[in-house]
Amino acid sequence: MIKANNITKQFGKLRALDEVSVSFQKGECIALLGPNGSGKTTLIKSLLGMVVPDKGDIYFNDKNIAGQWKHRDRIGYMPQIGRYPENMTIAQVIDMMKDIRKKDTAEIDEELIHRFGLPNMMHKKMRALSGGTTQKVSAALAFLFKPDALILDEPTAGLDPLSSEILKQKIIQEKQNGKLILITSHILSELDDMITEVFYMQEGRLLFHKKLSVLKEETGEIKLSKAIASIMSAQLI
Amino acid sequence: MKKILKYVIVDIVQNKIVLIYTFLLLVISLSVFSLENNSAKGMLSLLNIVLIIVPLICAVFSTIYIYNSGEFIVLLVSQPLKRRTIWLSLFFGLATSLCLAFFIGAGIPILLYHADATGFMMIAMGLCLTVVFVSIAMLAAGLARDKAKGIGLSIMLWMYFSLIFDALALFFLFQFQDYPLEKIMTLMSFLNPIDLGRIQILLQMDISALMGYTGAVFREFFGNSLGISLSFLGLSVWAAMPLLISLRRFKKKDL
Repeated sequence: MIKANNITKQFGKLRALDEVSVSFQKGECIALLGPNGSGKTTLIKSLLGMVVPDKGDIYFNDKNIAGQWKHRDRIGYMPQIGRYPENMTIAQVIDMMKDIRKKDTAEIDEELIHRFGLPNMMHKKMRALSGGTTQKVSAALAFLFKPDALILDEPTAGLDPLSSEILKQKIIQEKQNGKLILITSHILSELDDMITEVFYMQEGRLLFHKKLSVLKEETGEIKLSKAIASIMSAQLI
Repeated sequence: MKKILKYVIVDIVQNKIVLIYTFLLLVISLSVFSLENNSAKGMLSLLNIVLIIVPLICAVFSTIYIYNSGEFIVLLVSQPLKRRTIWLSLFFGLATSLCLAFFIGAGIPILLYHADATGFMMIAMGLCLTVVFVSIAMLAAGLARDKAKGIGLSIMLWMYFSLIFDALALFFLFQFQDYPLEKIMTLMSFLNPIDLGRIQILLQMDISALMGYTGAVFREFFGNSLGISLSFLGLSVWAAMPLLISLRRFKKKDL
């Protein structure tokens, strides 16, 4: 569903992405892992067209996305730090998004809005919201239009345990609906029951892209966190 | 395009700075006209406002507004929208609301007190300069990533067009005063949108009679309908070029 060939991106002297190739299929839930600054967010932003790679092509449903914009209609994106126009209320932001995407009401999924209890604070301005509430708005917006692909950049960072559990349930449910889900997170323990594949990056390069089951077999560990830890320590030696 | 334009205009119109700007223009133009019985003198005072203050406010406000909408732009770029649509909506939103502010603040008093060819030319030039300097602000904001640098750049550009360019032109004139420079000066005025506006308004005011031989040359070139059309064409190029350059940069920008 999403393919990329040898994408490279340079920010000044820093090489954020170095000849990265990816191939993500429908129905998979992929964890993008790697240390801070390994290029995860840059990769996500390249897939969305927010960052223009210096080299390489990206395909969404077999169409090259360079200079294109229509494919973003099929993608729900939840940024790491959601930033919204400060003067708008939650209701206005949601209405604006609906207006931009212009979907029938049948195609709108407001489950997260209700489960997060957002209807009670619809009149609040975005600048008055706490970090966690802003994250809830971001998550609700990402799922709002029933997109084919979901890109979630550290979705549970800043959410309270109850809300992050709601979000996890929603992610699992969408995965079963046959959608492609990309997640970056540093909390490996919560990824165990969601993901099917692991995509590990380091210093802008792809280190490995494997099925979770294969990874666990190779390392002989049951937990993802232990499996990753054993790979990382093996590398240090 | 329309949808985003709507959100941008609603946001700008709610902005207090634009309201204050409109109100200030209104107070200035009404007081200028009611100070003297002769509305032509009022027009002369308004000329400086239109040529100096309006470009400055438009350039600085637009630059700051674009930087402050950074979050809004990032949000829109991740949605199914063309980057071109987003950038042009910002431009047209700013241009429309600032033109509206100018029209209410200065246009209506001019129409009330001095509704003749000079008045119409003054309103037209004020609106043109508003659009040109919004475009220049888009260029400054597109070139510099840093907010302070962008605002500095747009103030520098304003200063260049309103002060430095004229100083350079005078310097050039004195250095080569032994040569006939009238034609070159006419061409040079196309390099500065403020000069184009100034010449057109002054020609309507009949003050050009006091400007001697250069005034006569200007009158011959700019005074007829071809000259007026050429100045408006020049101003349109000034409005389009910075915008198109900034659009090209924005399309490749990493957000």
